[in-house]
Amino acid sequence: MTDDVRTGTVQNPDVDTVERASGTPGQPQPYPALGVTDEEYATINGILGRRPTDAELAIYAGMWSEHCSYKSSRVHLRQFADKAPPSPALLAGIGQQAGVVDIGQGYAVTFKIESHNHPSYVEPYQGAATGVGGIVRDILAMGARPVAVMDALRFGPAGAPDTRRVLPGVVGGISFYGNCLGLPNIGGELAFDPCYAGNPLVNALCVGVMRHGDLKQAAATGPGNQVILFGSSTGPDGIGGASVLASASFSGSAESAKRPSVQVGDPFMEKLLVECCLELYAGGLVAAVQDLGAAGISCATTELAAAGKTGMRVRLDAVPVRDASLGPPELLMSESQERMMAVVEPRHAERFLAVCQKWGVQATVIGEVTGTGRLEMTWHGELIVDLPPGSAADDGPVYRRPLARPASQDALAADDPDRLPRPQDGPALRAALLGLLAAPDLADKTWVTEQYDRYVRGNTVLAMPEDAGLLRIDEETGLGVALATDGNGRYCRLDPYTGTQLALAEAYRNVAATGARPLAVTNCLNFGSPEDPGVMWQFEQAVTGLADGCLALDVPVTGGNVSFYNQTDGAAIHPTPVVGVLGVHGDVRERLSIGFTEPGSSVLLLGATRLELGGSAWAWHAHGHLGGRPPRVDLDAERALATLLGMAAATGLVAAAHDLSDGGLAVALAESCLRGGLGCEVTLPGDPFTYLFSESAARVLVAVRPGLEGAFAALAAGHGVPAEALGETGGDRLVVDGCFEIPLDELAAAHTGTLPALFG
Amino acid sequence: MTARVGVVTFPGSLDDGDAARAVTRAGGEAVPLWHGERDLRGVDAVILPGGFSYGDYLRCGAIARFAPIMSELIPAAQAGLPVLGICNGFQILCEAHLLPGALTRNTRQRFISRDVSLRVENARTPWTSAYAQDQELVIPLKSGEGAYVAAPSVLAELEARGQVVARYLDLDLNGAMANVAGICNATGTVVGLMPHPEHAVDALTGPGTDGLGFFGSVVSSLAAT
Repeated sequence: MTDDVRTGTVQNPDVDTVERASGTPGQPQPYPALGVTDEEYATINGILGRRPTDAELAIYAGMWSEHCSYKSSRVHLRQFADKAPPSPALLAGIGQQAGVVDIGQGYAVTFKIESHNHPSYVEPYQGAATGVGGIVRDILAMGARPVAVMDALRFGPAGAPDTRRVLPGVVGGISFYGNCLGLPNIGGELAFDPCYAGNPLVNALCVGVMRHGDLKQAAATGPGNQVILFGSSTGPDGIGGASVLASASFSGSAESAKRPSVQVGDPFMEKLLVECCLELYAGGLVAAVQDLGAAGISCATTELAAAGKTGMRVRLDAVPVRDASLGPPELLMSESQERMMAVVEPRHAERFLAVCQKWGVQATVIGEVTGTGRLEMTWHGELIVDLPPGSAADDGPVYRRPLARPASQDALAADDPDRLPRPQDGPALRAALLGLLAAPDLADKTWVTEQYDRYVRGNTVLAMPEDAGLLRIDEETGLGVALATDGNGRYCRLDPYTGTQLALAEAYRNVAATGARPLAVTNCLNFGSPEDPGVMWQFEQAVTGLADGCLALDVPVTGGNVSFYNQTDGAAIHPTPVVGVLGVHGDVRERLSIGFTEPGSSVLLLGATRLELGGSAWAWHAHGHLGGRPPRVDLDAERALATLLGMAAATGLVAAAHDLSDGGLAVALAESCLRGGLGCEVTLPGDPFTYLFSESAARVLVAVRPGLEGAFAALAAGHGVPAEALGETGGDRLVVDGCFEIPLDELAAAHTGTLPALFG
Repeated sequence: MTARVGVVTFPGSLDDGDAARAVTRAGGEAVPLWHGERDLRGVDAVILPGGFSYGDYLRCGAIARFAPIMSELIPAAQAGLPVLGICNGFQILCEAHLLPGALTRNTRQRFISRDVSLRVENARTPWTSAYAQDQELVIPLKSGEGAYVAAPSVLAELEARGQVVARYLDLDLNGAMANVAGICNATGTVVGLMPHPEHAVDALTGPGTDGLGFFGSVVSSLAAT
C-alpha cells in the first residue's frame, strides 16, 4: 500500500468520523491518488452535504472506478439490452452478477467471462490465479455450482523475453488455482501479437449449473436480517485493485510498485467456500448473497443495500483481519480473495454458522439490514460511513467520452493484402501450410492445456483442442452445454464492427460444430484507454457490432465485462472483444469432434469460399502484413449452417465437424487429421491458394459417414448451405491432389514442436 | 451381496464424486465417508480419492494423514481392509506409512494432465485381479507431485516381492523411480496409484474404459469372499 492510501489509523490514531468530517470541511484529502477526479470529488461532497470521511472516500473511489462503474462504457453497453432478441430462455440478464439461461429439463446454467489483465502483467501467477477465483465466485453467488472454466489468453511475441516471464506464470497460476479447486478447464484461446507486449490479456470464464428456482438474489432485504461475512480474513492484499491498478494505463517500468495491488489466492479456501455455499443454499439458509471481488467490502455492502432498497449498518471493526494495523479505508478497499457476504434471517443464523463451521469456513456477523435507506458503518462505536448506498453502487458518474474514427483506418483499409506474393506451386503451398502450423498462434497448445485438469467431475465430453468445450449436465438424458470463446484482434483492428461480429460468428459456429444449439452470449471487451477518442470509437463500433450480431443470430447477451486501459506508454492493444457463446446439446453422446476417425468418410466443405486475406493468419505470418478488409460477415449463412450441423449431429450423418478460422481450410484439414490420427485425400474445387488459406467466414469442414452422402446433400440443400465434396478420409497422410502430400508425422512434428521449444 | 465401498471426502478432495461413480458403474455400492468422523460405516473397502486434501499445505497428504477417519482406517487397513489411494490418496497412504516411499515434484516442475499408458505388473491384488498380468491400460494422469521415490533398498524389495502394481510405459514422464505408477503393501490389499482410473470408466468422458477394472476387481473379490 502507498502512503497516499494509508490515510487512516496507522500514523494517526484518530479515526476520521462523520462528525469530524462535518467539522473540517476544508481538510485536504488524497483523492487524486485514488483515481477520483476534481469533479467527482465535488459531486461526492454534494451528495453527502459535507466532505467524505476517509472511509467514504475509499468506497466512492472503488465504486466509481472505471472497473466497477463502467462509467465510460455504460452509454454504449445499453445496446445489449436495447437490441436484445426476445428470449424465453433468459432467466436473469445484464445487471446480475452473471446471466442465467434455461437449458431445459429443469436446469439452468450461468456463465460469465471476466478480465484479469493488469494484475496478470504485474504478477502473472497470482494475477491469473485470482482471475479464476473471482469469476468462480461470481457464478457461485448466483446460486449455481461452478462446473468448468475456460481461459482466453493473449501475449506479446512468443519469443520475447517478457513473454517467457508472463506466459508460464499465467498458465501456472491458472493450473494451480483451477486444478486445486476441482474445476475442469475445457477450452479457451492462446494468441500472440506484439500489441499485447506489456498488456497481456487474461480473460477467465466460468460456467455453473443449478436447478430452476435456485437463483439467488443479491439484494439485502428484511430489516433485522443479519449481514454475515464469510470465507478468508481480510488482509492488506489487493488494496485498490479496482481503482489504482485496473483503471489506469501502465507507464514506464514502475509496475512492480503496484504489486501490493495484486491479490493472493487460496484455492483450497475457495473449494471450501464453494461446498459451504452450496450446502447453505440447499438448506434455505441464505436470503441474499454476493461475492467479494473488485472493491471488496465497499462493493458488497453498497450493492446489497442499494439493490434491497433498504439500509444496512455494519460494524467494520468486526471484520476478521490478517493484519491488525489495517484501518477502515484499507479494510474497505482490500480485495483479499475467497470472501462472500450473505444476508441471513435471524432464525437461520445459528444453522448458517454451523454449516460454515463444518466446512472450516470462518463466518462473522458484521451488521444487519435496516430500514433507514442509508449505509452506515461504525468503527469501535464511532460512525465513519453514512451514505445513500445507491449513490455509490448505481449512480456513479457516466461519461459520454469523445470518440473519433482514427485517420489511420483509411490507410489500413487501403493496404490490400491481395498484392502480397503468394505461393505459386505445390512445394510452396506445402511449405506455407507447415509454416502456419508451426506459428505460435496456430501451433498445438498441449504445452499449456496439459497443465490443466480436464477430467475432474467426470462430465467433460469435449475439451481442447476441440472447437468448443462440451459438458454433460445430466447423466441419464445426456443433456449438455457447449462453450466457446473467440476473438481476433487483427480483424478488429481493421474494422472493429465487422471484427467483433466475426468473433461472435466464430464462437457461435464453434458451438454449433459440436452439434449444440447456440443460446446465449457473454463478452469480455479488452481495449486501450477510453480517454483516447480513437479507442472509444473502436469500442463503440465493437459494441454496436456485437449487439447487432446478437440480434441477427437471435442469441441475447447475458452479461460481460469491460477492460479498458490496456495500453502502455500511449500504445493501445488491438481492440480485442472476446466473445463467449453457450449452447445446449440435447444429447452429448451425439457430439461431433473435429477429429477424422472413420476411414472412408466423405470430406465436405460447407459454406462459400472467396479470396479474403485481410487480417488472415497467412498474411500476418508469411508477410507480417495487416491491412485491407476483414472477411465478410453473413449471419444468415451462419444461422443456416448452425441449424444444419445440429440436425446432422442428431441424425448421425456426420462423423466429424471442424470450424474454419485462422489459417483457413489448410489448417482445419491438418488439425482434423492430427486429432483423429487419420489422413485424407482431397481435390480442391478452385484456385488452390484461395481454397487453402482464405479465411471466409461461415464455413465448416465435415466428414460425412459412408453411404449417407446423399442424405446429407439433401439436408444441406434444404438449408441453403453450399456443400462442396473435397475427397475422403483414410491413410496416414494429408494429400491435396495436384499440390502436395504431407505424412501425418511431419504435420505433427511441425505442429507440436513450437511451444515446447519456446517455453521448455 | 453388493460390495460396499467407502469413498472418503477430506476438505479439498476433488475426485470423490468420480470415484463413487466408478464404484457404482462397476456394480458396487459407493458409501460416502467424512474425514471428520471416526466411522467407516461398516464398508468392505475404502477409496482415498484424488484432490488437494487440506490444500496439500505442508506436504501432500501430510495433514490428511491425521484426520479423525484415518485413526479408524489405518488399523483396519493393517488388518486387511482393501484400500485404494488414487493420486492424493496415494500420497496420504505414504504419509500414513501404509505404503513405503513418497511422491515428489514432477521433474519438469509442472502439473501434468495427460492420458498415459500403463502396464499392470501385479494382477493378483484385490484391486487389479480383473486385469491380465502385463495388460496395458490407458488412463489419465493428473498431478504436480507424482514422481514416486523410495530408498534403493526399499525399491529393490518392492520389485522383488511383486509390490510394483503398475508401471508407466512412457519412460520420460514425471521422474518416477523405475517408472512406478502404483505399488501395494506386502499383502496386496492396500494399493496406491498415481494415475486416475476413475476418469477412464466411460469412453464418453475419458480415454476409454480401461480404468473400470480397478473397481470391478474389488467388487468381484469382495463378492467371492
